[in-house]
Amino acid sequence: MYTQALNTSDGEDRGVEDAAQAARFQARIDAEERIEPNDWMPAAYRKTLLRQISQHAHSEVVGMLPEGNWITRAPTLRRKVALLAKIQDECGHGLYLYSAAETLGSSREEMVDALLAGKAKYSSIFNYPTLTWADIGTIGWLVDGAAIMNQIPLCRCSYGPYARAMIRVCKEESFHQRQGYEIMLTLCRGSAEQKAMAQDALDRWWWPVLMMFGPPDQVSQHSDTSTKWKIKRFSNDELRQKFVDATVPQAQFLGLTVPDPGMKQDAEGHWRYSEIDWDEFKQVLAGNGPCNRDRMAARRKAHDDGAWVREAAAAYAEKRQARQHAQAAE
Amino acid sequence: MATPNTTLWEVFIRSRNGLAHKHCGSLHASDATMALQAARDIYTRRGEGLSIWVVPSSAITASDPSEKGMMFEPAESKIYRHPTFYEVPEEVGHM
Repeated sequence: MYTQALNTSDGEDRGVEDAAQAARFQARIDAEERIEPNDWMPAAYRKTLLRQISQHAHSEVVGMLPEGNWITRAPTLRRKVALLAKIQDECGHGLYLYSAAETLGSSREEMVDALLAGKAKYSSIFNYPTLTWADIGTIGWLVDGAAIMNQIPLCRCSYGPYARAMIRVCKEESFHQRQGYEIMLTLCRGSAEQKAMAQDALDRWWWPVLMMFGPPDQVSQHSDTSTKWKIKRFSNDELRQKFVDATVPQAQFLGLTVPDPGMKQDAEGHWRYSEIDWDEFKQVLAGNGPCNRDRMAARRKAHDDGAWVREAAAAYAEKRQARQHAQAAE
Repeated sequence: MATPNTTLWEVFIRSRNGLAHKHCGSLHASDATMALQAARDIYTRRGEGLSIWVVPSSAITASDPSEKGMMFEPAESKIYRHPTFYEVPEEVGHM
């Protein structure tokens, strides 16, 4: 059950955690048991998940913005309805994830307010602009492709509500990736200008997409405990390598060139990529990417513009309830 | 100003006639009508259901997982409730 009300009681007054309880918890994790909302869990496990799931939810919601930029300019009606459906899915993914996060004891409104106040992070990738229609194809193919790579292992995450949300999300993501690849295929089989547009989009998105998997394993601060708690099943670098190996042949099929002149296939068949510019990643995370300010401004505006709708719905519900009470009293 | 909380609802969907409604997730809505509409939009976009129930989360009473040992002990210890507890000679055949 997805309710936060049952979780709030024992959070604060448990200063010292019982070592025996912690050991029992780890034994359940090791036995591949799922942890459910009202089960005992270490405060740090709760905190880690709340941070990760709410960031994931924010990413889905902010992720609608770069794509929304092209709804009115989609080249055909077929492309337009597909893009609308995809963006609606992203919104739904945000909701599944907020619901999963709420089971850990924070309300959705608190999480949304934290995002709007600039206190919560979202995926760095959504701070890049969508300059041409080919960017929409590239986002579906690469950004959703990378997201799938990340999310499939999360379907087996130790926290039940998160794992269940991920199963729904993964089922829907595969449509997203295929619609993106189809856009790329159409452009690559089109005129020379269309193919050049596809190449330009790949050139701009390739490196930011590789950064989506997070810092390299040597410096990742969350990986060790997350692995012990089976929130994370593969390291950042392992997932990144899987993604590159899956994607390079797809790019070759399109006749596009991955913008990494140093890339080589090793004896085991892995495509070894060159050094990633982690300074760029840090800059984007710190708020200095090309679109950080735009994205936050758009989210705040949408939230403020929707305030009257929330107020009206609440007022209407209250009025109806008062009327029902009055009728019942008669 | 903090955004005010909206009621949380649990969503149950019957995927086919003959099957029971099954919990599939939750959502926020200010009243039951809006909760039903939101459940339709969020949980049945790909033909997942024929019928939807929405229930305010606060209306659900749940058992306490930390007391599950005591709660479910009676089911563990009464093996005579299972057909395999009883001996029937092979000659009698399937029973």
